Amino acid sequence: MNPSTGTTPIDDLLRGSIDHCVKCTICETQCPVSNVTPLFPGPKYAGPQAERYRVADEPSVEWSVDYCSGCGICSQSCPQGVKIAEVNAQARNKLKKQKGYPLRDRIITRPTWLGRAGGGPMAPVANLTIDFKPFRILGEKLLGVHRDAAAPEFARHRFSSWFKKHPSPPTGRKIIYFHGCGTEYYEPWEGEKLVQILEHNGFEVVVPKQDCCGLPLQSSGLFDDARKVVLRLARALVPYVRDDPDTLIVGNATSCTLMLKREAREILSLEHDPDLKLVSERTYDICELLLELHDRGELKTDFQPINEHIFYHAPCQQQGHWIGKPALDLFALIPGLEVTEGNARCCGIAGTYGLKVEKYDIAQAVGADLFGQVRGSGATEVACDSETCRWQITHATGQKSAHPIDYLHRAYGL
Amino acid sequence: MRGELHYDAVVIGAGTAGLVAGARLAEGGARVCVLAKGIGSTHLAPATIDVLGYAPDRVASPSGVMPEFVSRHPDHPYATLGVDAVAEAARWIQARVESGPLPGYRYIGDLDRNYLLPTAVGALRPSAIVPETMVAGDSVDLERACVVGTRALRDFHPALCASNLTRLGIPARSVEAEIELDRADQNALGLARRFDDPSWRAAFAGRLALKLQADERIGLPAVLGIRDPQGAWSDLEHRLGRRVFEIPTLPPSVPGMRLFEILRAALRAAGGRLVLGAEVVSSERDGSRVTSVATHSAGHDSRFVAPWFVLAAGGFNSGAIALDSHWVTHEQVLGLALRGVPAEGEPRFVGDYLAEQPMSRVGIAVDAELRPEGAENVLVAGAALPGAVPWREGSGEGIALASGSRAAQHVLARAGAPAGAAA
Repeated sequence: MNPSTGTTPIDDLLRGSIDHCVKCTICETQCPVSNVTPLFPGPKYAGPQAERYRVADEPSVEWSVDYCSGCGICSQSCPQGVKIAEVNAQARNKLKKQKGYPLRDRIITRPTWLGRAGGGPMAPVANLTIDFKPFRILGEKLLGVHRDAAAPEFARHRFSSWFKKHPSPPTGRKIIYFHGCGTEYYEPWEGEKLVQILEHNGFEVVVPKQDCCGLPLQSSGLFDDARKVVLRLARALVPYVRDDPDTLIVGNATSCTLMLKREAREILSLEHDPDLKLVSERTYDICELLLELHDRGELKTDFQPINEHIFYHAPCQQQGHWIGKPALDLFALIPGLEVTEGNARCCGIAGTYGLKVEKYDIAQAVGADLFGQVRGSGATEVACDSETCRWQITHATGQKSAHPIDYLHRAYGL
Repeated sequence: MRGELHYDAVVIGAGTAGLVAGARLAEGGARVCVLAKGIGSTHLAPATIDVLGYAPDRVASPSGVMPEFVSRHPDHPYATLGVDAVAEAARWIQARVESGPLPGYRYIGDLDRNYLLPTAVGALRPSAIVPETMVAGDSVDLERACVVGTRALRDFHPALCASNLTRLGIPARSVEAEIELDRADQNALGLARRFDDPSWRAAFAGRLALKLQADERIGLPAVLGIRDPQGAWSDLEHRLGRRVFEIPTLPPSVPGMRLFEILRAALRAAGGRLVLGAEVVSSERDGSRVTSVATHSAGHDSRFVAPWFVLAAGGFNSGAIALDSHWVTHEQVLGLALRGVPAEGEPRFVGDYLAEQPMSRVGIAVDAELRPEGAENVLVAGAALPGAVPWREGSGEGIALASGSRAAQHVLARAGAPAGAAA
């Protein structure tokens, strides 16, 4: 900790990167938000430029950084390695501390609380409430959650209760599954398919007791809570990988795996937590893992043809893994599958951003390009690695959407 | 091994040279992966194909001047690449533009004649092959021009452009166009998106038409559409009843974004991969061969193993070649030897900023096959090549295209054979 600024070495490293900005404006061309609204002036202005006016222990001088959705495309496209999104996330935290957090941001950033309240046996009632317009209007007025925002339906069973009844055959090749909240409470079938794919390829799947990764809290600027939540998850996962250097953690929630891999360590200044460091090094996105297995000749390729045309959108957070688009390489292994790769930047939702009443219209405007491409593609379904993005895309276009592994699962005939 | 992927060839850099090399490797059947730290030169340059503009006087015909030029500059990349390679690569990219994702968009021209196109400040810039949307700016014939700008695009000043053109003998005046926007200012890309919208540009053309005079061609900043520039440009010509041309802007460059999208689509269509955010941070060697490069992907490093590597990461401008505070020059990606560095005690810079600097021709020391010293399975393409001063010569895209193509052809000709066997 730097005693004069209260910053850690990783904070100083992130902030120091702004000196590498050459004002080329490439990030400005990539930012999905500033391209549709003047409320956010763009990553270069809010980041490398405005950061110079942010002084430790002094109030934030401008508030537009709250409109950054945290998608991270700016950092990915910067040719000079400036940590634009990370600097802006820290500025948002400082701003929110100063302005105060709306009650809404304390609720919608807690998927575990919501899932426990509305999932499982409560699902039918909870889902009726979500679809009930007067309730949504009330939610908008009281809490600031937009009445039309995409809201997923709770599943009638949790993934973890399915897995308890599903003994993974011991093969000696263990893999640790981090399913995240989306799979646990909303889309347990995605986790079931992932488990079956891994088992088909000879893995024994282990599912530790686990909780949220803290990403929603982090992206809403609630850093102290986010740190507690992500460290709790790291402590829950680390015993499973500590003693065996070959054991990996794999997840299908691409934004949550990115949180574990990189964002928590950089943005939340947790670079030196040993548990999180180990978990970070061992965590894989499912498509990343399957592509590596294929590269080593260890992925079964007994795929049956799928004669369909799908549209693929790589979510911003998936792109933040800096691994390209492994889903496309996997799709290429499936006979008959025709894939249209979209080139729109973002669906707009950015986790909880597009739920917020003051940001809903921006999120829809951000997504308009993608929605138009989906509608114009002639594809029957949309494949996308992130659950919140899928909900947003399906809500806006009416097109069915699924995780890329769904198509592998089908092609395997599992 | 964990964290490893294998390819037939790995390309480092996603500027013009890297994307061309990657796309042509993929088209030749190689499994190729293009790694890039971020988006690069395409978004910053006008995206015209400059082959040879000054040698040192302004060049009217690149192909005509080339033999004499390379005899005077035997260390120039063109001396080993040859004019035919530049012409072949130019035809390749013209074909990819035509078959690319932007309907009807074309690049016009050849190596026999340079266009003379206005810049944003009203200077004239020679270029061989240019987007069709810029051709009417050709100022060889001194036709009257009206330069149109808008206050919303703060980096483009039509009055400055027009007055400088007039000084050069091209009768020009300027007009501020009124546009409908929900914000005070807008960058070039934001405006280009508006021009993709037929009803928005119809309204724009309707208002602009009232301010135009007879017999003048219309110069607009290069913002006429990002997804359908041909549609936007031809629609404006039709509605205004005059020839319309785009003038390259300060960065960000909309024509450059179009070119990036065209080359990216060519790479993808041929089955190549592109990984952005993938700065190469280390490499492994086996004697004189590079065996793998590693990038910092999130959480862990990713290693890319291949029998061939194409290094197209750029030169001083991108930071791939750097002069450190001890006055030592480095190639940053693979640690390769450089050529053209001033000797110890010799001046590195001269006082006139715009003069040719002693460091200008520094690049990776390569042989006639573009192979660097001590790395037999690496080929160098683009701005990292020594012996050229692209920004003074107006030769950057010609070198990038021809060397990217040459690198791909070199690999494809030897693929299958044990790497190094052909050496």
